[in-house]
Amino acid sequence: MSEPVLAPGLHGLMAEFNDATELVRAAKAAHAAGYRQMDAYTAAPVHGLAEALGHDDRRVQKFTFTGGVLGFCAGLGLCYWASVIEYPMNIGGRPLNSWVAFSIPTYELTILFGGLATTFGMLALCGFPQPYHPVFNVEAFRKTASSTGFFLCIEAADPHFDQASTRAFLEGLHPKAINEVNA
Amino acid sequence: MSDIDLSAIRARLASASGPTFWRSLDEVAETPEFQQYLQREFPENAAEWSDPAGRRQFLKLMGASLALAGATACTRQPTEHIVPYVVPPEGYVPGKTQLFATAVPRDGVAEPVLAVSHHGRPIKIEPNAEHPAGGGTSRFAQASILELYDPDRSQTLTFRGEIRSWTDFVGAMAGALSAAQSNGGAGLRFLTGTVTSPTIASQLETILGIYPQARWIQYEPVGGDDVAGALGAAYGQRVAPVLKLENADVILSLDGDFMDSGAAELRYARTFAERRRLEAGGTTMNRLYMVESRTSNTGTKADHRVAVRAADVDAVARAVAAGLGVAGATAGSLPAKVTAEWVSAVVADLKAAGAKALVVAGEQQTPAVQVLAAAMNQALGAIGSTVDYIPSPAARVDGRTGTLTELVGDMSAGKVEVLVILGGNPVYDAPVDLGFADQLKKVAVRVHAGLFKDETAARCEWHVPLAHPLEAWGDLRAYDGTVTIVQPLIAPLYDTAKAPSEVLAAFGDNPAATALETLRAYWEGQFGGGSLTAPDGAAFASFDKFWRRAVHDGFVYGTAATAATIGAPSSIPAAPAAVAADALEVTFSADPTVHDGRYANNAWLQELPKPLNKITWDNVIVVSPRTAERLGLPAQRLTKYQAAVATVTLNGRSVSGPVWVQAGHPDNSVNLQLGYGRTHAGRVGTGIGYDAYRIRRSTTPWFATGVKVENTGDTYTVASTQMHFNMEQRAVVRSAPLPLYKAEPTFAQHMTHVPKYEDTLHGNEWQYDGYKWGMVIDLNACDGCNACVVACVSENNIPVVGKTQVATGREMHWLRIDRYYEGDLDSPTVHDQPLTCMQCENAPCEVVCPVAATVHSQEGLNDMVYNRCVGTRYCANNCPYKVRRFNFLLYADWDTTTLKMARNPEVTVRSRGVMEKCTYCTQRISAARITAKLEDRRVRDGEIKTACQSACPTQAITFGDLNDPESRVAKLRAEPRNYGLLEDLNTRPRTTYLAAVRNPNPVLSPEAAQVPAHGSGGHGEPSPSKSDEHGKAATAGAATH
Amino acid sequence: MLDHPKEAVPGARYLAPGHSFGSISDKISGIITGRTPFSWFIGFLIGFSILQVLLVAIAYLLFKGTGIWGVNNPVGWGFAIINFVWWIGIGHAGTLISAILMLFRQHWRTSINRAAEAMTVFAVACAAIFPIFHTGRPWLAAYWLMPYPNTMGLWPNFRSPLIWDVFAVSTYATISIVFWYLGLIPDLATMRDRAKSPLAARLYGIFALGWRGSAIHWQRYEMASLLMAGLSTPLVLSVHTVVSFDFAVSVIPGWHATIFPPYFVAGAIYAGFAMVLTLMIPMRAIYGLHDFITERHIDNMAKVTLATGLIVFYGYCMEAFFGWYSANQFEQFMITNRMQGPYAPYYWALIFCNGVVPQLLWSKKVRTSVLPLFAVCMAVNVGMWLERFVIVVTSLHRDFLPSSWGMYYPTIWDWSTFIGTMGLFLTLFYLFIRVLPMISIFEIRTLTPAAHAKGDAHHE
Repeated sequence: MSEPVLAPGLHGLMAEFNDATELVRAAKAAHAAGYRQMDAYTAAPVHGLAEALGHDDRRVQKFTFTGGVLGFCAGLGLCYWASVIEYPMNIGGRPLNSWVAFSIPTYELTILFGGLATTFGMLALCGFPQPYHPVFNVEAFRKTASSTGFFLCIEAADPHFDQASTRAFLEGLHPKAINEVNA
Repeated sequence: MSDIDLSAIRARLASASGPTFWRSLDEVAETPEFQQYLQREFPENAAEWSDPAGRRQFLKLMGASLALAGATACTRQPTEHIVPYVVPPEGYVPGKTQLFATAVPRDGVAEPVLAVSHHGRPIKIEPNAEHPAGGGTSRFAQASILELYDPDRSQTLTFRGEIRSWTDFVGAMAGALSAAQSNGGAGLRFLTGTVTSPTIASQLETILGIYPQARWIQYEPVGGDDVAGALGAAYGQRVAPVLKLENADVILSLDGDFMDSGAAELRYARTFAERRRLEAGGTTMNRLYMVESRTSNTGTKADHRVAVRAADVDAVARAVAAGLGVAGATAGSLPAKVTAEWVSAVVADLKAAGAKALVVAGEQQTPAVQVLAAAMNQALGAIGSTVDYIPSPAARVDGRTGTLTELVGDMSAGKVEVLVILGGNPVYDAPVDLGFADQLKKVAVRVHAGLFKDETAARCEWHVPLAHPLEAWGDLRAYDGTVTIVQPLIAPLYDTAKAPSEVLAAFGDNPAATALETLRAYWEGQFGGGSLTAPDGAAFASFDKFWRRAVHDGFVYGTAATAATIGAPSSIPAAPAAVAADALEVTFSADPTVHDGRYANNAWLQELPKPLNKITWDNVIVVSPRTAERLGLPAQRLTKYQAAVATVTLNGRSVSGPVWVQAGHPDNSVNLQLGYGRTHAGRVGTGIGYDAYRIRRSTTPWFATGVKVENTGDTYTVASTQMHFNMEQRAVVRSAPLPLYKAEPTFAQHMTHVPKYEDTLHGNEWQYDGYKWGMVIDLNACDGCNACVVACVSENNIPVVGKTQVATGREMHWLRIDRYYEGDLDSPTVHDQPLTCMQCENAPCEVVCPVAATVHSQEGLNDMVYNRCVGTRYCANNCPYKVRRFNFLLYADWDTTTLKMARNPEVTVRSRGVMEKCTYCTQRISAARITAKLEDRRVRDGEIKTACQSACPTQAITFGDLNDPESRVAKLRAEPRNYGLLEDLNTRPRTTYLAAVRNPNPVLSPEAAQVPAHGSGGHGEPSPSKSDEHGKAATAGAATH
Repeated sequence: MLDHPKEAVPGARYLAPGHSFGSISDKISGIITGRTPFSWFIGFLIGFSILQVLLVAIAYLLFKGTGIWGVNNPVGWGFAIINFVWWIGIGHAGTLISAILMLFRQHWRTSINRAAEAMTVFAVACAAIFPIFHTGRPWLAAYWLMPYPNTMGLWPNFRSPLIWDVFAVSTYATISIVFWYLGLIPDLATMRDRAKSPLAARLYGIFALGWRGSAIHWQRYEMASLLMAGLSTPLVLSVHTVVSFDFAVSVIPGWHATIFPPYFVAGAIYAGFAMVLTLMIPMRAIYGLHDFITERHIDNMAKVTLATGLIVFYGYCMEAFFGWYSANQFEQFMITNRMQGPYAPYYWALIFCNGVVPQLLWSKKVRTSVLPLFAVCMAVNVGMWLERFVIVVTSLHRDFLPSSWGMYYPTIWDWSTFIGTMGLFLTLFYLFIRVLPMISIFEIRTLTPAAHAKGDAHHE
């Protein structure tokens, strides 16, 4: 297929809607129309929106699991190595490998590593911290995206993107407004 | 702070020539406060904590400002040269300690000891077991180390408060004496304590020879020669009893605290305990009947004890004497507490024992009782078997001696021109009715020689600082007459300090004679007599040989007094006028820790808990529960450390002090302890407690009736280290009467359930195949004398915290002696239990320490790693024995130089915020281990003696290797009486106890003779005999809650 | 408690009707951007001045040593540990609300979890002061308890409950802060876009990390939050369990009890909810948040308080019962001593505050009228402190050997340190109210119809 003609410095086209219902409907339509490189923006999580855009990301869980496993090994390893191998000592006549006691630091470290992996994993997947993003060039977005706005942005990077036809397509969804997003 | 005149300061600084360095306005202003602060270099004392602005805080600030001052201008330090030994002292190995045989005086009588010298500093007192009177040490001997280094010791020779030289003094005395020449020294008086030293005696004899009209007076407020006086009157010769308790099966003590008072206490305590060991299946023990007028340590060991007023002892004595058929003794009416049955039972028991019986009379009892006791011993045939009467070791010069009363009479009559007070502190401790202090003013030349600038020094023109016994040559007789050599371990800390013999020399023909010269001269004379031989009977080749041997052994062999034969007493003094049954009586006794007041400035002794009430830093007015009720005196509230204050009035004079309601104290009797209320003791001892001397009269020095006691309504803080004296039906101290022990030797082991390792989560993976240190404490032997506690303090650099901290529950003693009362309030059974770190194998403290600052050693010691400790105090909380001690504040003294010299360099001085506890004297263990390694052998049994063990007069404490089945400790651990404290917690203590066994007379306590059909009470249950005793347990401690 | 079946928007009944995204954003962010009420300054001033007391107390402590407190032998732990447990316990409600209620999809949590989590973080901060400064040598304790080898290659003792504390509490603090921050990100974005001053906008912007409300991000975000909740739940339960081990693992009668972990956790939640109410009730009044913190919220929190209170009271009964049933003389004495010994007044005061007073919460009138409820919560706050006093002091002061029994009397320094930490807490909390949205804006938005696409199945 032929390369679409891009207006220079254009990130994409952004349509603004009234509420979650309209936005989800629009997202579904866009997905049906074959658009993939697009994103929707809301001030509160809207269930089904990501799915409507055709996104389903389950990598966060994997971070949590790996973190947890690492934490467990680190905890148990630390206690065992320090108390049995590296500096064995007779403490209160208890055995060197007092695994019952060691289970508690292990438990805590499992949770610590798991939690940190989850949060920072999630942030990493989202590419945060991200000082700049084109969508903020749209004034309406700056003003309302984090409070009242519901936005759908079809990006210029999408193979089906064509400034004219995409705009036409978006207008067919009866948005409140359509803005060009400069890169 | 008094106002500081700034302009004056400016003027002073301006006038000063050259650079002047000053630390604070106070210093330049030379305010009294500042002077005082400069003096106050002794933080280990109560004042530190009783005054809000602690001096250490002051030092911190001052140190800071000094640092600033230093920053402004650098001073040039004087050059100091280090000179190595050309010829090192004999047997001196750097870092190794040396032992020197010497003696410390107690009321003038020698207590033979070995002093430990480290790099030329005496740092510890050990017993001299080779000495005939040796074995064990007293709390006083142990504390003499601190006395030596006491920064309050008198450091300068003064005349009317101004510093003078020794030559000035000698010159002045020469002048005074030449004046005395004319009238044969009619105005010359020497006042000393009891003198047993042959050398001093001979010096005085010489002087009295030169001045025939001069007089020599001996006065001791406590422990004088009164007994000899009383017996002398009846038998025509001044004799004193020497007990041979090792032979005594049945002992009747008439108010005699023979195990814990008097110069022979150590010997008596040991021989008494020897007869109660019950080791290796032994089932025979002596039996002690106690009739006493207060609650003494000896009384707590009695099998039968009755508490009566001191005045009533006479009646009991007569009744028993009559029963024993002593000629001239007729039984009068007995005090209510003592039944005729009791007397007859005792008489029967004594008779049955015959020559193996013994009657002891307390030194504070009347001449009548002394004579009766002697007569009873005679009637029993005990003399020679269980008691000897020896010529009193106190020296006298017949015809030239006088009494204190005579002296004061002469003083008031203006007959005394020169009064030489050698040691002693009569201004403080003379009987109040004599008015010694006032009459002293009438003496022209008043000379006082003493360790401290005390009350007497303050009233004398001349004061000569005496050298401490550890600093001076001399000799003393032990209680049995054995001459003991006192040798110095260190040159006097203060140049002008003189030995007593040197002070006396100033009045003799050779004023310049040193103590050593005088001593050698005297003994050379004695040696000339040729009677002196070595222990093996061989004569000495030369005086030098004899001298070296005597100094080395610490005593002159063969100088023990030989028993005198006493016939029948000329007459037995008549019974005193009967005292009304409810008449209130006051008794005086030496304080258990500061004695007659001479140890008042000794912080170790001040903080030592008194045997029965565990009070520190104070003396109290002791009354019985009933009497307290009668007099409307509230009992002490120990949960708040509060006691009511009462006033005791006798013959118009009165003292006020805190009231202590003491279970087992005789009714209608009030006991006051002497030795407190000092006004010139030093920064530790000045102004604490009440001064019982202020109502003590020469006619009734020990007890008097006609006393009035009133509640003032005030309260006073008493710092007692034990709040609760009731065992709460817990099997803490386990004891049984002899019959039960015979039937059920392992009675103590059935009182709690001891879990097996198999029952525990992890089992046990720790074996100790090298040494396995352990300790066994025989509760049957311990009489709670406290010597071990002071020994521990001295050995382990344990700080003194002061009254306020003790009253907050922060005393630091690693070793404590718990006292439990059992039975009813009026005549409880009292138990002692020395308690220190049990060195548990499953130590609860170690598991909970987050930083592994307390862990087990290869030899199973529960080590405390000070520098790793961060002070969470979790270990102390989790210690079921509560033996761990925490430095809540900076308790150790880091400033005072002399006190640094008193420390044991082998033991860390702990800092603030660190936990500490008993280490089994690990430094001694290491020392022995090193020696053993060098000699390629194992440590021998008995080679290591812990500080408490070696100090213990009764040998209640045994330490050794549990892995060696032949070791004494292992054998004792195998004894049926052996039990571990709180073993049911699976702590596996390394220190265990041998249960106490008492030997009551079946006639008097038939219930004790009953052997329960089933001896063991089963697991978890105290044995029958225990539980019912406990059933009616109620104690002074409990009463106060 | 499941959502109303008939309810179009889940949890809508926890929000006053007629609210839209805009009104919510305006109202809550307005608290920060708008004028600061005078009462804030008063409150902050009070808190800040009390904080100075803490600083003085700690300075003197470092200068003189632990001896300035009333601790002694046998009572080696006093106010410090009591306060530590008390503060840590209070923290638990925050995590519970944000984690456990989230797992149970309790929509009423949305308006209280932010403040509650803040409370957690600050309470843990207050708590953390004590274990460090109660030691004899805090300058070492501060790091010697960390799991690293010292110069001799010596490690901490992993068998010690205090080390478990280090792990549990530090994990708890870290996770709480992270979780709290995670929840803040979208709201920080809101503040970024609404801040009046450019500086504020810049600062909020930095912490918002560039959040733009992307649907994909929301998806990951919600998953992360859910997982964090899942991790925090066992964590919060473990923390007070571990704290209870400080006592339960020892041998001391009154400490050595298997019932401690559940009974401590319940106590913690109990104390926490009481504290949340103590903070919410005035906050709600001052800032007029009745629309978001409705009567239903108050009612639910009161119910939780009552429920946990009953568990705690059961714990007391069991302690007493086992004291008798154990047939162990030490245990028996311990409980009798609590009830009749020198500290009996504290014990009975505790029973009154924690056992009797909360029974008022059976009545809906009390649960829904703020003043009585506030009073009850105050009683519980006091009661829970007394509980820790009774546990720590009465168990230690008379343990096995009567000879070593003692008493514990707190000093002025004990009190000033304790009260000082309240100053720290107030100061931090007032600052929080001032600079961060005290109610989760974006979560409240989810309670409006606009946030829900009609005709789509809810994923609940």
